Amino acid sequence: MNSHATVMNNQQVPAVGQPYTRNDAACHDLSIRVRDLNLWYGKNQALMNLNIDLFQKNVTALIGPSGCGKSTFLRCLNRMNDLIPSVRTEGLVEIDGRDVNSAKMDEVALRRRVGMVFQKPNPFPKSIFENVAYAPRMHDLVSRKTEQEELVEKALRDAGLWNEVKDKLHEPGTSLSGGQQQRLCIARAIAVQPDVILMDEPTSALDPISTATIEDLMDKLKEKFTIVTVTHNMQQAARVADYTAFFHLGEIIEYNDTKVMFSTPAQKKTEDYISGRYG
Amino acid sequence: MSNTFDEISQQLKRRHRKSARLKWITMGSLGLAGLFLVLFFADMLTKGLPAFQQAYIQTEISYTEEAATDGRRAFDEELLPLISRTVVRVIPMELRNNPDMIGTSKTQWVLATSGVDQYLKGHRHRLSEEEQAAIDARVEAGQVDLRFNSTFFGSGDSKIAENAGILSAVVGTVMTMIVTLAISFPIGVMTAVYLEEFAPDNRFTQIIEININNLAAIPSILFGLLGLAIFINFFGVPRSSPLAGGMTLALMTLPVIIISTRTALRSVPESIRHAGFGVGCSRWQVVRDHVLPLAMPGIMTGSIIGLAQAMGETAPLIIVGMVAFIPDVGASFTNAATVMPAQIFTWSGEPEQAFVEKTAGGILVLLTILISLNAFAVVLRKKFERRW
Repeated sequence: MNSHATVMNNQQVPAVGQPYTRNDAACHDLSIRVRDLNLWYGKNQALMNLNIDLFQKNVTALIGPSGCGKSTFLRCLNRMNDLIPSVRTEGLVEIDGRDVNSAKMDEVALRRRVGMVFQKPNPFPKSIFENVAYAPRMHDLVSRKTEQEELVEKALRDAGLWNEVKDKLHEPGTSLSGGQQQRLCIARAIAVQPDVILMDEPTSALDPISTATIEDLMDKLKEKFTIVTVTHNMQQAARVADYTAFFHLGEIIEYNDTKVMFSTPAQKKTEDYISGRYG
Repeated sequence: MSNTFDEISQQLKRRHRKSARLKWITMGSLGLAGLFLVLFFADMLTKGLPAFQQAYIQTEISYTEEAATDGRRAFDEELLPLISRTVVRVIPMELRNNPDMIGTSKTQWVLATSGVDQYLKGHRHRLSEEEQAAIDARVEAGQVDLRFNSTFFGSGDSKIAENAGILSAVVGTVMTMIVTLAISFPIGVMTAVYLEEFAPDNRFTQIIEININNLAAIPSILFGLLGLAIFINFFGVPRSSPLAGGMTLALMTLPVIIISTRTALRSVPESIRHAGFGVGCSRWQVVRDHVLPLAMPGIMTGSIIGLAQAMGETAPLIIVGMVAFIPDVGASFTNAATVMPAQIFTWSGEPEQAFVEKTAGGILVLLTILISLNAFAVVLRKKFERRW
């Protein structure tokens, strides 16, 4: 397969290093551009020559069988892989015209603009208020108490959690139910007003009702944020994602509009996977 | 071919017997260990508790002219051999400071000699028949009594048994522990934070790690030699001082604190770190704001236990000269001082019978402090234990 075949062709992609410009109305602005991305865990290559463009204010779902590299790829986007000593990355990941892997890019600045929600809800063992207020205060987005309160309320409202927790903001975040904790983590991520939110199987530890709540939330959040989500659940991808990328053994097999992908997959492997023949 | 139930239960019976036997053996060893503990405590309590009481004699002190030069003149001739020298020898000074008192007299409870004390407690003593009779008569009259031994808790060491106390050793221990903690806690915690949160995993850090683990197992007397060679001989820290002792014990406590801090840091779930990194914390912010607060109870527990270990240490302090005769409570970190285990060690070498109970009494004080410290560590751990 041609390494550029997976890039969607209906885009006028600006040259590498150039800022994104609005294309024709039918298309969305680019948010993240990935070119020839390779990644190794020690000697094992986990990502093979990935090329993909992710679009602003859309939900992109990454699907594929276990071990296909979708979570690894997600962590490349905010350099969480840096935390694993044996990981080596090559290639270009460009966000807002900047190479995130360049020496000039500070990973703290990157993560300020690319937030993350994890598989298992992991609120800080602090109060609900502190969970949301901590990061904005750390990044000097707010200082006064009233500003903090406003921001916490806004983030919790955006995460659809405000009504449930407004009377107990000073109870520990860990006292909430699993689904509420995950929404608290989303509130925490959006409180610093990032551009992109990465979600690593955000509903896999949750019950169906909490899952539905979070899926609705993703639908609302994409008005403001670019969302990239990893999911094991193909129905979920079909429900929430505008675009879907199918990963297999470290390669992107197919990347397309979700509706197109699920109705008329171009590749045999994709068809086999989404029809449940393996994975 | 399958066995019948009878055959199976026959075989099972043997297995059950075996496991029952094993259970009894394990319980027996636990019981034995418990028995030793009980015996140890019973022995210490029976030997040590009497040390908290001391014999006093009620007598008339007449502040005559002669008493101003010779304290012995102030007391009844018959009683004099029974009254502690420490009481007698301060009389002239007392009169020099208050000349008005000359010519007066007063009745007072004064410290008896250790012989009287041991006689009253039924221990071996060296009193003559007449002296015993004199004591017996006065006990009848309520003029000789065992009272709370404020001297033991209120003064320093003395060669006169009834005047020897543990206070200078307690103060010495406190000062030494302050030095130990002030040095080993920050260095130990910072080292552990570096090794656990910042250091790359390479051969160099592995060698450091192995060496730290080995340091924890080194005989403590070697730390004493190190302290002597480096702190005292090279840096010129005053010998016998809490500063020298505390620095030496800090060397010994460091590996304990480092190891327990690393364990505490490692028990903080990775998801908390990821959450921190995910919102854009720098590594230091993750450690300071999220990891350290969660690890703190574990760190404190480890440090208290390390400190308790250091508090009971004698060998390295012998080398840096802290087993010294210290009658006065230490004034500063650079003055000569002694510590509780060293004081106990000193007393245990005294030939006089009265020092036996001092030794046991000192052990009781030390044990009480150590047990309270450990209990405090347990309470701390229970109180701040978090689930996430």
